[in-house]
Amino acid sequence: MSGRIIDFKTKPSVICWSSVVGKKEGEGPLGKVFDMIIEDDRCGLDTWEKAESHLQKVALGLILDKSGRKAEDIDGIFAGDLINQCTGSAFGIRDLGIPYIGIYGACSTSVLTLISAAEFVDSGKMKLAISSTSSHFCSAEKQFRFPLEYGGQRPPSAQWTVTGAGAALISSKDEKACPKIEKAIFGKMIDLGVTDANNMGAAMAPAAADTIASFLKETQTTPEHYDLILTGDLGKIGSQLLYQLLEKEYSIDIKEKHNDTGLMMYYVDKQDVHSGGSGCGCCGSIMCSKIMNELSEGKLHKVLVVATGALLSAVSPFQGESIPGIAHGILLTDGR
Amino acid sequence: MDISKKQYDEMVKKASPNSPILLDCVKAFLIGGAICCFGQLLFYIFNKSGMSMDESRTLVSVALVVITAILTGIGVFDKIAKHAGAGTIVPITGFANSVVSPALEFKSEGFIMGTGANIFKIAGPVILYGTTAASVYGLIYFIVEKVMGK
Repeated sequence: MSGRIIDFKTKPSVICWSSVVGKKEGEGPLGKVFDMIIEDDRCGLDTWEKAESHLQKVALGLILDKSGRKAEDIDGIFAGDLINQCTGSAFGIRDLGIPYIGIYGACSTSVLTLISAAEFVDSGKMKLAISSTSSHFCSAEKQFRFPLEYGGQRPPSAQWTVTGAGAALISSKDEKACPKIEKAIFGKMIDLGVTDANNMGAAMAPAAADTIASFLKETQTTPEHYDLILTGDLGKIGSQLLYQLLEKEYSIDIKEKHNDTGLMMYYVDKQDVHSGGSGCGCCGSIMCSKIMNELSEGKLHKVLVVATGALLSAVSPFQGESIPGIAHGILLTDGR
Repeated sequence: MDISKKQYDEMVKKASPNSPILLDCVKAFLIGGAICCFGQLLFYIFNKSGMSMDESRTLVSVALVVITAILTGIGVFDKIAKHAGAGTIVPITGFANSVVSPALEFKSEGFIMGTGANIFKIAGPVILYGTTAASVYGLIYFIVEKVMGK
């Protein structure tokens, strides 16, 4: 290992991927690319938490179905979500009988679980591993903000937690036309003193800037080497701040190559999501649908996905703590 | 990263749009005003149908609380409040909503540890400091009245 870059020697293949989203996400610009849209926010269950677990369960069911694998074939599942103690993942997975590794990285979890799964596959400790993440607007609101029916106003900087889940199956066997995982970078926590829990984009942008700049520097590449540098999910404000930080601090301009899953998920102005989407399910579901699809079709060749997380708890802002941001990056290629 | 917290704070402030205060104020004024007019209308109706002034006033509050509770329950109130802001929070409708919404939300944890324990999660501070302020104010009023010898 040189510097912070993790080089995957075997370039593990993402042989199967699945995504499930809620109604609002299904009505967004990417509605058609998701495998399944669940119209009922509660998924016919009696709590929001159960509904979120259900999303992950469905995403995993789809993975097993699509790949024709049985649960016994899977060596491990790396999963996470936003609910306290990761119960969203644990309860969704408990009936499957697959070794489970719960991971928390706030909204950066989607890439964090993918790196972890890829590392275990690359090292030969596992042959087949799944990475899976979910988030649910209602369970996140309940835990971090206000009850759903509370009549409050959201500031323009607030982001909308995505109801959705995404899962990917990673294999040590090289399969043709499958996206490959080439490199990764774990993020450093960067805290520039943002205390506003309604401005997560601002809290996470510095970490994204650090991770992107470090990745480009250590791999000796420029944004032109990539088809897409995808952050998830900084939203409108966070993306603007990311451009400014990269230009000011590192003289890097990524505007031409950059997109943000928080801006891709919804018609931002029409669907009233203020600064954009957020949550582990946002980057997770888009990465495990549109991005993997386009990599396998050869429409995209080289994508740097940088998932960003705001490491706050429901009580930490009230204790005067600022919000540390983190961003983990992973390089996906079409393997051609 | 060389940027200082102060510099970044300035960048964030620049990048983050403010709430549209003028529009919010107009909407709050119109919707809040409409709720008050509706309350006044209810007052006339109760008063005309033979209730005393005091009874009518109490009934207006009760009616607004019940209507808000129903609108909260069927998921309409938050859609109005999104636009109204202070217009729905300041009248008694805001109080009713802040009690009913957690009661509904935490039903999933049962009637004791869920609804019971969380029902005043949002309204709690208002009840605590509202009644404290009222007591202090009452005490001052009482003392002043004694001293002035009225």
